[in-house]
Amino acid sequence: MERILIKDGRIIDPANKFDRIGSVYIADGKIASVTNEPAGFKADRIIDANNQIVCPGFIDLSTRLREPGESRKATFASETAAAAASGITTMCLQPDTIPVIDARAVAELIRDQAEKSGYTQILPIAALTQKLEGIELSAMLALKDAGCVAVSNANQPVKNLLVLRRAMEYAASHDLLLIFRPNDVWLANNGCVHEGKLSTRYGLPSIPDAAETIALAQCLELAELTGCRVHFGQISSRRSVIKLHQAKKYGLAVSADVAIHQLHLTEDDMIPFDSAYHVLPPFRTNRDKAALREGLASGTVDCICSDHQPHDLDAKLGAFPETELGISSLETLLPLMLKLVAERAITLEQGIAALTLKPAQILKLDCGALTPGFAADLCVFDPEQEWQVNSGNWRSQGLNTPFWGQTFKGRVTHTLQAGKIIYS
Amino acid sequence: MMSNNLQLNSKGKLKHFLTIEGLDKALLIEILDLAESFVGTEDQRIKKIPLLRGKSIVNLFFENSTRTRTTFELAARRLSADVLSMSIATSSTSKGESLLDTIRNLEAMYVDMFVVRHGISGAAHFIAQHAAPNVSVINAGDGQHAHPTQAMLDMFTIRQMKGDFANLRVAVVGDILHSRVARSDIQALNTLGVAEVRVIAPKTLLPAQVETMGVTVSHNLTDGLKDIDVIIMLRLQKERMSAALLPSESEYFKCFGLTEERLKIAKPDAIVMHPGPINRGVEIDSNVADGSQSVILKQVSNGIAIRMAIMAMAMQKQDSL
Repeated sequence: MERILIKDGRIIDPANKFDRIGSVYIADGKIASVTNEPAGFKADRIIDANNQIVCPGFIDLSTRLREPGESRKATFASETAAAAASGITTMCLQPDTIPVIDARAVAELIRDQAEKSGYTQILPIAALTQKLEGIELSAMLALKDAGCVAVSNANQPVKNLLVLRRAMEYAASHDLLLIFRPNDVWLANNGCVHEGKLSTRYGLPSIPDAAETIALAQCLELAELTGCRVHFGQISSRRSVIKLHQAKKYGLAVSADVAIHQLHLTEDDMIPFDSAYHVLPPFRTNRDKAALREGLASGTVDCICSDHQPHDLDAKLGAFPETELGISSLETLLPLMLKLVAERAITLEQGIAALTLKPAQILKLDCGALTPGFAADLCVFDPEQEWQVNSGNWRSQGLNTPFWGQTFKGRVTHTLQAGKIIYS
Repeated sequence: MMSNNLQLNSKGKLKHFLTIEGLDKALLIEILDLAESFVGTEDQRIKKIPLLRGKSIVNLFFENSTRTRTTFELAARRLSADVLSMSIATSSTSKGESLLDTIRNLEAMYVDMFVVRHGISGAAHFIAQHAAPNVSVINAGDGQHAHPTQAMLDMFTIRQMKGDFANLRVAVVGDILHSRVARSDIQALNTLGVAEVRVIAPKTLLPAQVETMGVTVSHNLTDGLKDIDVIIMLRLQKERMSAALLPSESEYFKCFGLTEERLKIAKPDAIVMHPGPINRGVEIDSNVADGSQSVILKQVSNGIAIRMAIMAMAMQKQDSL
């Protein structure tokens, strides 16, 4: 394998509390050394990272890549290439594929096909219940053996709290992490926007923040009862942050992530009936956005994810409530994180930790750090380079982003996965 | 959401008529004034005005309606337009794609204007966004969002009865949450500068943060009607009971039904309005609906003149472009 020297970059590695100009030495697909040149190291390739930032590759906790099942929308090939160009070296795949990731064969198929695409690594998340119906447990242990890193019921409800309790007990028995997206479907009542002044003005079916906080509170109680490790996915409300803060202080083994766009957009930013803004959870208020940012800065919210959901044009073509939800968001992940830093919501080190160290810890993966011996998953980016979101720069097959046409700062120049350059 | 000017052309003239939001007072007054000039055409021996001669208008009704569709049809005919009404039964699986296909197919037949009623909020916006540049879209009611022509005929009726908007206190009573009429009425009344819009309903039938629409709130009809000049009653749909929003029709009538006795609490010259169809004995007592203070049938007649005015204005922009 190629020996690679990444020289003269600003190395930021939150795991090792490292932030200074230096070089990274890569051999045999692994990190050989940071700053100190190993004896007899001869680089086959040198990457000049002058004026650039070198950090661990990003780990994205929530993506949908539309394969298997909906390859007209996106494919492993298109989306892992987009991820590689965005500095993402590992991404978790939500189990609501077609078919659902509730059988060993599906998990293995996904790993095989993703590997063939040759870019970003894909880690499937197993369905918590069979067919995600919320009734019977999936074969969690077999799914774990097939490479699934966690269990989740994605956006589907679990029939009742007894089923959820048992699923959590079973997951805990096998040290499986539950990824839980808190949403009480009864309270959500098929809503499509936040319940507040916007839903009132436009007569749109609405989701109160209590739909999230009630589900979250119930799951916190069950986390204590069952001892299951729980990671809350894509929280969106101020009161969820408060509840998480209390639970962590109390000592529960819980963590949470927020979708990057929730840290930037609110109901006030939405263009009337523009389906590009149709997401779940919905964009809420300025107060919620501020609390999510504070939660990220204080560590109550651990990670940032893309919550990538590419769509074809037809999926977003219709009256707002009838359009499909989600944003194609891999490629805006880094620039929007850097925007948070520019707006002084978080430090650059916090932002990088939320995309590397923290998700690696939650998934118990040996990555997300530039520790010698770890796989050489790295991202090199120019924090000042400007680029516009347009068809010339966009790689994902899904063009569904409310940021289309906007200009951002921060562009990835190189991405390495296990010592292999997957983007440059 | 940011305010939108999809419905105005580059010169600030009406191109589509989708919602009251974003339209200024002068434009609303212009509509009312033009409508006034059309009043009385029905009494003439020759009822037609040749303003829209040679124009094709398609009424596209994805939801059932008798009154609205009929008045739009009559309005179009009185303006000498060719009009075609289509009732399109929607299945639950029909998606935006087929909606767009329907529009594209009709456009291919050189239609100049669509009058659209649809059960989903935002449907009229969607059609206006995707319609060909020379086609106007009039919203005849979309989901729970807007029913701007109903609001304008309500404003027309209020002006006819009260003369001016400045000192009026208007009560909107009933199912505000699900009502596109309420939303458009509230916006129109505030744009025209009434003294107060008061919504009166139980909490289950009020949308979240309704006061952000510029209204005061009351949960009690008896107290709420004090000092009121105009009472707009809303229709209560039967399915609200099964959705646990209300215990029963009779309890609703007991608390929020407009009776002769309650009407006395409002100003003595208060008028009673209703967008129809009315549920006698549910939201309104028959004696009140048919009583001397009721202007419900006047609203229906005024619907023709208002719709003539709106169609004429929206079509005018095309000729001036």
